[in-house]
Amino acid sequence: MSKKVVVIGGGIAGMESSAYLTAMGYDVTLLEKENKLGGHLLNWEKLFPTMRLGNEVVKFLNKGIDYEKVKVVLNADISEANKINEKFIIKLTDNKEFEADAVLVTTGYELFDARKKEEYGYGIYDNVITSAELEKLFSSEKELITPSGKTPKKIGIVHCVGSRDEKVGNTYCSKVCCVTAVKQSIEIKEKLPDAEVFCYYMDLRMFGMNFEALYKEAQEKYGVHFIRGRLSEACEDIDGNIIVKVEDTLVGKPLKMTVDLLVLMVGFVTSEGTKKIAEMLNLEFGVNRFLKTRDQHTLTNVSNVPGVFFAGTCTSPKTITNTITDARAAASTIASYLQGYDIEKRTK
Amino acid sequence: MIDFGYQINTDRQIDYDNNNKDIINYIIKFEPTFKICIACGTCTATCSAGNFTDFNIRKLITLIKRGEYDEVKKDIDKCMLCGKCYLACPRAVNTRNLILTIQKALEKYN
Repeated sequence: MSKKVVVIGGGIAGMESSAYLTAMGYDVTLLEKENKLGGHLLNWEKLFPTMRLGNEVVKFLNKGIDYEKVKVVLNADISEANKINEKFIIKLTDNKEFEADAVLVTTGYELFDARKKEEYGYGIYDNVITSAELEKLFSSEKELITPSGKTPKKIGIVHCVGSRDEKVGNTYCSKVCCVTAVKQSIEIKEKLPDAEVFCYYMDLRMFGMNFEALYKEAQEKYGVHFIRGRLSEACEDIDGNIIVKVEDTLVGKPLKMTVDLLVLMVGFVTSEGTKKIAEMLNLEFGVNRFLKTRDQHTLTNVSNVPGVFFAGTCTSPKTITNTITDARAAASTIASYLQGYDIEKRTK
Repeated sequence: MIDFGYQINTDRQIDYDNNNKDIINYIIKFEPTFKICIACGTCTATCSAGNFTDFNIRKLITLIKRGEYDEVKKDIDKCMLCGKCYLACPRAVNTRNLILTIQKALEKYN
């Protein structure tokens, strides 16, 4: 009888690792809390740096589930997860029960709640929105207008909202926001060629292949403005426009500017689902409340509990590319573990 | 002296090898968060003094790190110690105490 794996979370990491593990002959059950697979990827219209549709990647991942006939349980609400001897028992609130030889945690992330950066006015001023809301506007194919109903002439984009910020307790870089800002700037300029777009950044972290080229394209082809400085505050004028304050650090002077729309690039935080599963399975957290891997370089899919593994953004912010790679790495780690290979042998 | 119609400009490079590091060491000792500034400029964006004078705390921090004190001496007393910069700083640099420490260091090593 083939060994059983329960994968918790049907986003990118969960879908891809389930397909690979099933293809390798394991009996995999993929649990997803929503009524559809795909996770956050369902909310992003186009992807950096290629501008391809997010939908295409969702299709690719779904084919993995369909072709390998992965057992998927939707609307799964886990009530209990226990390790009894060498086996795991996962119970759902509807009393369904799953036994497993290994558990893969792919519970992902949530977006930072921008209201916590009160000085940027999200939830207070109408014309301050998040990157996710802008993306939703792109997906809707509606006209690009501000929440107060006008076609924006000036749009500000704030980098690092909820990232690299000790005041909100998140000291890490969320990795994807810089390039998302560049991507969304380009999309704004495509829809509104006469509008001006300003990115306020601390550093532009264009680490991925072709990210730097996208940044150059934003400058060269679209004339996006980049101002090196972190916003100290945003406030609203009598007409509902947003006035931002930032130091133009390359000039060395404080700068004030009025924009019609301010977009906050919200970063990653650990998901509630991750916290819940971690508590049930006694998993350790790292310094930034993401799940802690056994070794940052060499055991990135391995947890502190033998038989429990990680993939995707439950351990750190990741791009889609990195998440897919990580999912396949987790599948191979689990397969080795289930075949009796001592994956921690080399650490002893 | 004969006027040949040209002059030699003074060296404007930061003389890092010869600049005095005593002041930097003093500041690091008494306000260690001085080291963790990432020069994002949030402090300067929110600074009341900076809106009306040349005072620029972000720039002064970097100048001190390079051992350049002339501008620091000229500008440091323009701070009104309101502490807004300390509230806004994403790295929690204690900018208010940093100013006081810089003032003490300049007095001590002047």
